[in-house]
Amino acid sequence: MTSAADIANMVLGGLSAGTVLFIVSVGLSVTMGLMGFVNLAHGSFAMVGGYIIVLAMNRAHVDLATALVLGFVGTAALSVVFERLLYRRLYRAGELDQVLFTIGLIFIFIATAILVVGPEGQTLQLPPSLDGQLNLGFVQYRTYSIFLIGVGIVIVAGLWLIFERTRIGGQIRATVDNRRMAESLGINVDRLFTITFAFGSGMAGLGGGLGAEFLGLDPQYALKYLVYFLIVVSVGGLGSVLGVYCASLILGVLNFVLTFYLPKGGTIFIYALTILILLLRPQGLLGRKEP
Amino acid sequence: MNDALLPATATGVAGPSENPGVHGLTRRHHLRWWEALPWILAIAYYFAFPDYLSFGADLLISILFALSLDLALGYAGIVTLGHAAFFGTGAYTVGMLAYYGVWNEPITALILGAAAAAAVGLLSGLVLLRTTGLTLLMLTLSTMALLEQAANMAHAVTGGFDGLPSLTIGPVFGLFEFNPLYYDTQYLFSLGVLFVCFVFMRTLVYSPFGESLTGIRENVLRMHAVGAPVRRRLIVCYCISAALAGIAGGLWAQDNAYVNLSALGLDRAATVLIILILGGYGRLYGAFIGAVVYLALEHFLAQVYPTAWQLGLGLLLVAVALFARNGILGLGDTLWRRFQARRAAP
Repeated sequence: MTSAADIANMVLGGLSAGTVLFIVSVGLSVTMGLMGFVNLAHGSFAMVGGYIIVLAMNRAHVDLATALVLGFVGTAALSVVFERLLYRRLYRAGELDQVLFTIGLIFIFIATAILVVGPEGQTLQLPPSLDGQLNLGFVQYRTYSIFLIGVGIVIVAGLWLIFERTRIGGQIRATVDNRRMAESLGINVDRLFTITFAFGSGMAGLGGGLGAEFLGLDPQYALKYLVYFLIVVSVGGLGSVLGVYCASLILGVLNFVLTFYLPKGGTIFIYALTILILLLRPQGLLGRKEP
Repeated sequence: MNDALLPATATGVAGPSENPGVHGLTRRHHLRWWEALPWILAIAYYFAFPDYLSFGADLLISILFALSLDLALGYAGIVTLGHAAFFGTGAYTVGMLAYYGVWNEPITALILGAAAAAAVGLLSGLVLLRTTGLTLLMLTLSTMALLEQAANMAHAVTGGFDGLPSLTIGPVFGLFEFNPLYYDTQYLFSLGVLFVCFVFMRTLVYSPFGESLTGIRENVLRMHAVGAPVRRRLIVCYCISAALAGIAGGLWAQDNAYVNLSALGLDRAATVLIILILGGYGRLYGAFIGAVVYLALEHFLAQVYPTAWQLGLGLLLVAVALFARNGILGLGDTLWRRFQARRAAP
């Protein structure tokens, strides 16, 4: 019999893991929707941000909030350098050259992480205020997981406001729908892309740090979770923030449920479901653009 | 406009020499002298590096696997990240037949492996090839992951994560035993299989079927418009490509005398993709160059620099992507054309 604690574990644990997945992947969805750029190295920026946050807390002993800001800004700044120097040369290249380039980048990031930090995994030391259990009335659960779910909701709401209510959000939506038309209307797609790329990488960095708890943090991070990032982005729909959020939460909860009931090989259903959804809706759950 | 094209083919009288363009088109499939080079080098390798034959056999298998991907990706433009599904199907077919003592004659086992992989290719192709782009990429990737998990769950039959060790493979032609310590039979057998598969593929891509695949890759709308059965061509091509990948997988299981989950993983699928793009896709010999450069560099770097060997590899991939469109062979082409132009200019 599954107890209330088990159900809470599956739902809340799954939601918080899904939230992390969302924070990491949302930038990938938007940049891929904007430019059609297959950026497999997105997870590497999550890893960089994760390292900045974890090392800042563990070695420099700054508090969580400062570390998160450092991680976001540091990753975003690094990604702008990469985007301006390297990525932009490949916008017009075929997707296979982009795949080669971004896999090469993943390798470089892996080797650099091993050389600079070391091959072992890093752990996030939570501040005491987030480390305990929180009584929700009907069930007790880890404060940190509930904190993460809350952060996720705030981020989704914020991104939704940016996308639907600001000028730059409108420009992004227009460009995702039809890039040529947007360009001929005078939208500077190049600059737009740099901004979203930096912002998306910064978010990925946040996700890398916040998720170091569940996903771990080691040099192989980008390769290990690449499939999950891609599933979430394609199932959610390119360029759709809400789609990525839904897909991430479904994947997170499903993963926890399957690990509970079928500890061995339950992930087979995740792949089966992905195939089913993509066959029925090739553009993803909430995607508007034909991929 | 037609004058330039017609005489050479219609009259056949010394036409090609009149127009270099026609000459190129009608003689595209003719053998060139340098096409013998890979095979001479492969035989020379056998005598020059008798202690590295296991690496050599791995290299030959990677070439065959990359060739199979080239047919689907390079010629027909099917962007797949799940080609190891077929490699794994071939490997597990050959491996399980040998492990349970059902069948261990190597050549027929390879044919069975190819048939099993082709069947998986047909089934998945029928469903997946409606889609394109990111969706297709994800569908092929998920199908492969599905098979990998299935192989993992069917622990009783496939050995799960540990796989099936110490397979007994029968002698080639009933004469040449596979030696687990010294890879001479494995190397020569792999070379023979690669040669047969290569000749088949070379014939295929220069046939009208191969031309129509290129047409589909370049402009699918026009191919529909001229009445080509696009979907059927794609499915047949995917099937053949899967069968070749299955042969590569079966060969891998035979050479190493084991089979495990690494045959089906994303690692393998991504590596073969990198090898093909690195060498140059859609041009037969890209698979050779890519496999040699990638595997040799990986082997070398892992020995001299075991902690961070991926750095050199990553730098190479980034450099090739930035400066050499369509891989190393593409770069060679560009340089060659520039050299020709400079020679013609003064």
